[in-house]
This record gives sequence, structure tokens and C-alpha cells, in this order.
Amino acid sequence: MKSHVWRPLYVVIAFVVALLVFRFFYVPNDFGSGKRGFMYSFHRKSNEMEWKNQPAKYGVSGRERMHEYCSACHGAIVKVRTEKLHGIIPCEDCHGPAMNHPEKPEKLNIDRSRELCMRCHTNLPYTTSERKRIPGINPKTHNTGVECVKCHNPHNPSLEGMK
Amino acid sequence: MDRREFLKKCILVVAGASVPVSALRLIDPKKVFAANPDIQWAFLVDTNKCVGCGFCVKACKTENDIPFDANVSRTWVERYVYTKDDRRYVDSPKAALYGFTESRVDLGRGEFKEIDPQNVGKAFFVPKLCNHCSSPACTQVCPVGATYKTDDGVVLVDRKWCIGCGYCIMACPYAARFFHPVEHVADKCTFCYHRLSKGLDSACVNACPFGARKMGNIHDKEDPITKIIMNERVGVLKDEFGTKPQAFYIGLAQEVR
Repeated sequence: MKSHVWRPLYVVIAFVVALLVFRFFYVPNDFGSGKRGFMYSFHRKSNEMEWKNQPAKYGVSGRERMHEYCSACHGAIVKVRTEKLHGIIPCEDCHGPAMNHPEKPEKLNIDRSRELCMRCHTNLPYTTSERKRIPGINPKTHNTGVECVKCHNPHNPSLEGMK
Repeated sequence: MDRREFLKKCILVVAGASVPVSALRLIDPKKVFAANPDIQWAFLVDTNKCVGCGFCVKACKTENDIPFDANVSRTWVERYVYTKDDRRYVDSPKAALYGFTESRVDLGRGEFKEIDPQNVGKAFFVPKLCNHCSSPACTQVCPVGATYKTDDGVVLVDRKWCIGCGYCIMACPYAARFFHPVEHVADKCTFCYHRLSKGLDSACVNACPFGARKMGNIHDKEDPITKIIMNERVGVLKDEFGTKPQAFYIGLAQEVR
């Protein structure tokens, strides 16, 4: 049987076969869908492990555990921290990520900038927000150009204990 | 010794050597917990506790290598200011990476609005992040299967497989996704998947001094976060989109979307 259909059909079939062969080699074996089905979780399974194996930078989680961990060497300073005031701030917020410290990094990069303190202690007129409970100053008028830690002790910031 | 016997002895030695090693390994309960497939991670934001310090954003950007200066972030904090003459202002300068250190509101396009303190009615801060929806629109639209929901409820992006078409960035109703300026792929909050699997809290939860951000396993009835979600009045963002968000908020307002 001779028909004009065959020739273009061969081309199409060849194209589909080529596509399937390419797909066979290109798509990783572990591609598949998880518990959520094809619509939401069609993925390369090994990617989950890739994300899990990313190195963490911030070390110990939880305030108590962090205090415990840091006290091992810096006990005196951790003790100074007043639980009601700056005791609620995790050490790493100002001292920087401490995973594997003291091996690597040997010394943490401490942020002593005014801007760091201003995150909480800029006076904002928001009486309905928790912000109202934090003493605030106007950074444009309050001892401009001086680091806050020159006068205030960041570990025990009560005004009686001022340097 | 023939080959059969040699192989037999080899198996014996390997088996003998491997047993004590695995037996001696200490089991961290949190790690075992993290390997449990029955986990569904959920996030809880208490907006009443947030003061807008932005330590969460700083920690997130540091932990996940998101460029500090680029105008993209996996998490951000919004400030809502309602005036007494019934105007509402919302801003999030630099995703609140450096907190809110000015009383003027950023209107965008380099314009700012100073609000008279006497005129401020109510004001509050709302931390935001990817909602890790149960029916995520973003994974649905991905043409190459590069973004997906894991069995423990986290939406991830496969950086090797993503072609950077940006469909998912458009599909997300919460604008939680962005184009990573260095990796050149779509990027989003991973709930710090690498930290969770090591038994650690995610970086933002870890950094928050006020406990405004918390995470828990919603499949565990005894989890304190699950108890709050089940027993207290919590809301989700844009419920009407049907994405079933897994980030729950305490103290939502109508304007927070």
C-alpha cells in the first residue's frame, strides 16, 4: 500500500523515539513522586539529601542550651547576663554564627555597631506594639557617632550598672 | 583458601567490624525524630511578640548565603501603621534586614512618609516567610519538576534541576519566592531543612529573642506548638486561595495578607 501518510509519519516516529532515548539518558533514575503525588512532589529524590547535607552556621539552638554551651568557656560573661533584660537575646545574634567555634572560626566577629542596638532601641511611637516595653532613644540626637557599648554594658544593660 | 572461602571470611570480618560501630553510636532523640517520616513541619508566628528587630532576617541571610545587599530575602518583617484619620501604611525596608530604625514609613520609589506620633492609632510588626502550603501552587506550575513538597511537609527547590523560568515566583500568592542573584535559580525558605535534619531549630527561630517565631511537628499531638495551633485562635494568610498554608499566625489583622 502506498500512501502519502507514511513518510511524514516515519519522521514523527523517529522524532518521538529520539526524544524518548534522550529522556532515558538525561532524566536521573531517582526521579519520581513522593507521598504528595505527581502534582506536588514530582522531583529528584537525591535533592532532599543535598539540602539536608548543607552545613549549618548557627550553632546551638534554644536559649538554655546556648547558655550552657557558651558557659563552658565564657561562664563569667554568661552569668552577668540579666535574664529579664538582654538575657533573652541569643548570644549569636550579636556575636555571630558560632557553629564549630572555637575551632573554626577561632574568633567570632562581634557586631558592636550602633545600628545593631538601634534595631530594638530606636524610639518608635507604637503604643500597641511590644516595642513600647523596650526603652528607646532617638538615634539622631542621642550621643550621635558614639558606639552604644562605650557607655552601656550590653550584657547587663541596667542603667545603674553603667560604665 | 579458595575463592568461596575467601568471600565467606570477608563477609564475616565486615559484619563483625560493623556491628560494634553502629552499636556504639549515641542516639540523639531529636535526630531520630527528624528522620521520622511521620513529621509535618508547621510554623507559628506570634505577631504580638514581634518588635521588628530583624534579627531573624539577618540570621536567615547569613545561614543560607543570601546576598545581604540584594533586595531579596527568604523571610521578611512587615510594619503596619494605622493612623487615627484611618490611613494604613505598610512597609518592609530591605526586608527589615536592619530592623526598623526610623519612624518614617517607606512608601517605595524613594518616597517616605513621616507620621505624626500623635496620629498613630495602632502599629505592629508581622514576620513573614514561605507558608510551606499543603497544596502549593508553586510546585504545581513547575514545568521541569524542580520544586516539590517533601514527605515531611517542606517545599524545596532543586537547584540543579531548576531552569530559572520564574513560573513558581509568579504562582506564589505570598511572594515568598525570588530569583537567587548568585545561583540563578528560584529560591525560597527551606525551613532550614539542613538544620532541622541535624536536630537544630531553623535560623530565624533560633535568632528571635522574643519567641515570636516557633516551629513544630503538627502530627505530634504533644508538641507545644501543635497544642497552640489546635487550641488557640490562629489564622493563616490568604486562606481563600486554597493553598492550605502551614504557617499559622496569632494576632492577624484584616489588612495582613
